[in-house]
Amino acid sequence: MTDGDVTTAQEKVPFWLDPKKRGIMFQIVVFFLVGCLAYYLVSNTLINLQRQKIATGLGFLNKESAFEIGESLISYSSASSYGRALIVGALNTLKVSFIGIVVTLILGAIIGVARLSTNWLVSKLASIYIEVMQDIPVLLQLFFWYAIFYESLPSPRKALCPIDGLYLCNRGVAFTVPEAHPAHKYMFLALVVGGVLVYLIRRWAKRRQERTGQIFPIFRVGLGIIVGFPFLIWLAFGAPTAMDVPELVGFNFKGGITLSPEFIALLLGLVLYTAAFVAEVVRAGIQSVSKGQREAAMAIGLRPPLVLNLVILPQALRVIIPPLTSQMLNLTKNSSLAVAIGYPDFVSVANTTINQTGQAIEGVALIMAVYLIFSLSTSAFMNWYNKKVKLVER
Amino acid sequence: MHAYVQDKPSPELKPPVTQVGAIGWARNNLFNGWFNSILTILTLLLLWKVVPPFFEWAFLDSVWTTTHQGCKEATGACWSIIYRNFRFIIFGFYPYEQHWRPLLAMLILIGLLFYSRDRTHWNKYLGYGWILGLAFMGVLMRGGILGLEHVESTQWGGLPLTLLLSVFGLTAAYPLGVILSLGRQSKLPALKLLCVLYIELIRGVPLISLLFMSSIIFPLFLPEGVTFNKILRAQVAIILFTGAYIAEVVRGGLQAMSRGQYEAAESLGLNYYLTMRLVILPQALKIVIPPTVSILISAFKDTSLVVIIALWDLLKTTQSVLSNPEWMGFSREAYLFIAILYFLGCFSMSNYSRKLERELSRKD
Repeated sequence: MTDGDVTTAQEKVPFWLDPKKRGIMFQIVVFFLVGCLAYYLVSNTLINLQRQKIATGLGFLNKESAFEIGESLISYSSASSYGRALIVGALNTLKVSFIGIVVTLILGAIIGVARLSTNWLVSKLASIYIEVMQDIPVLLQLFFWYAIFYESLPSPRKALCPIDGLYLCNRGVAFTVPEAHPAHKYMFLALVVGGVLVYLIRRWAKRRQERTGQIFPIFRVGLGIIVGFPFLIWLAFGAPTAMDVPELVGFNFKGGITLSPEFIALLLGLVLYTAAFVAEVVRAGIQSVSKGQREAAMAIGLRPPLVLNLVILPQALRVIIPPLTSQMLNLTKNSSLAVAIGYPDFVSVANTTINQTGQAIEGVALIMAVYLIFSLSTSAFMNWYNKKVKLVER
Repeated sequence: MHAYVQDKPSPELKPPVTQVGAIGWARNNLFNGWFNSILTILTLLLLWKVVPPFFEWAFLDSVWTTTHQGCKEATGACWSIIYRNFRFIIFGFYPYEQHWRPLLAMLILIGLLFYSRDRTHWNKYLGYGWILGLAFMGVLMRGGILGLEHVESTQWGGLPLTLLLSVFGLTAAYPLGVILSLGRQSKLPALKLLCVLYIELIRGVPLISLLFMSSIIFPLFLPEGVTFNKILRAQVAIILFTGAYIAEVVRGGLQAMSRGQYEAAESLGLNYYLTMRLVILPQALKIVIPPTVSILISAFKDTSLVVIIALWDLLKTTQSVLSNPEWMGFSREAYLFIAILYFLGCFSMSNYSRKLERELSRKD
């Protein structure tokens, strides 16, 4: 018997019954099929491009764009190149995403905490807000805010003025800012230096606490440095207080900062929509920390702020951060809907470029590449963070 | 000297009035502590500022069935814009006399959904019922046979189009997602790489870029003379997009399966296909039903994006009514109406998903 078994095992197995070889075969077949499909599509495309006489390549990036962009963070005119127009678009996307993310985090955290409030009225209102906002498409919300802006607000000549220096009209919102002054540059520099300094002090304080057990009042000192440095610079420059007040000139406001209705509608829609999701994430994170943790922390005599800081938040954040980053990424991706209400974000500028040059493949590829860069860098950050906060078990 | 013995039960005291009833409830839930009291009062003030004017605008001062002239004179909401344009908003450019066909198709869909709510009805025959129902809906919409007038798909629009894109999008994306997630979990490195690339690529870009691709680039991919209609192209984009998200959800289910399940299947002598079909997938897919429903909800909401490539879905028909000079300026009413439709759809789905989650967790 045993002899027979050995001989059968040593017999040559046909390759389709050997799992290893079969796997390799299968992969070759799949790759072959995918390759065929790709070849078919690419060859069709090349023929079509030739037939319709569409140019290929990224050469168009250096050509004159010949279209205007409503708002831009860098200098831009219709004489600039397509490449510069796309950079303007990308910066606009970053601008609305960055401001949106900051406001969303604040609003979402407030609503998430309100959802858990012991106050019945507040928690009910928060849950209604979450349910309603999550169930209405964000595009519809954008259209809604844009329409409200256009239909309900008066023309610039009759602009509403709820507070001094703030004007609301259907051309946007104009508000007062401090007049440009050389001091601002140095104040910003001081802020950055202060931030780095606080980071270093915090590292040192942590190490000292681990070594000696002495606690350093890092929060108060840090706040002092971050606020104090720019303030000192401001004083050193003679405390400039001149304000740049918007004024009605002709049909529009001059001076101050004017935010376009498109920008505000986009920001409002994205923030109100995403905040509902962020609130749910925050709620789930806080609820994930068991009650025993808080009780144990109080039992060893920690004061309430320390309970929150040392026990609750580190555990809740581990649950909150991953879905939170994906919500932030969603906000960035949803900002591409700007094209529907005419805010010049990257997709919108790329769309105009496609329409003018006819080079659709390059245009869509650029859109995809830019968003892939955003999402890949976010997931790189996520991996780094996950590694950092992973439970270290003894 | 005598002992005092109480031989009668003392009368029952009622709990203090501040502890029970409406007052007790308010004390416990609204005014427990100074912070909550201030919060309650502020919230009530805010509600008082917002709710009565809204109520006045939406109901007391509103007009419901007037023409656009009456709307201009009314001080409140102009719901007439819905009343007057209802059939265009819902059905788009579908021929007016044939509106019963999309209506019937939608009713069949809602009926099927309603019947499928109950988990005891989930069996093979329900699957056949769905296939039959979807085919019948297709015939109803398209026509051309059974004496029904042929209706070009370019004339489809409104709510039927929205439902069509989301229902067919999900039914086709589901198998795609399952295959992709199996590929991602597979031991074959090249296959795994392919699936990971696809999933991460699609999840990294916004849906709008895929829709652009389907509307502008896709025609270039095909040989000369071959064309697909626009709806089908958008549908393909939605399927490819949703598939990647479903793959990630299913992967969660696959990862939750213990090694023992694979080993048990292997020791029974099942091959890969049978292991997956009989042992792993039935369990894994059951776990991920609730997150799948939330994918369905977002797919339903995402169909509104086809507005941007100029398909006549619910949002586009509404916008076209609003661009009519007669009805200009009543966006709030129109958009609120559409929002209510979307809300009803999504809310019932998310409610159902919660119910399902409770049922499934109770069983375990």
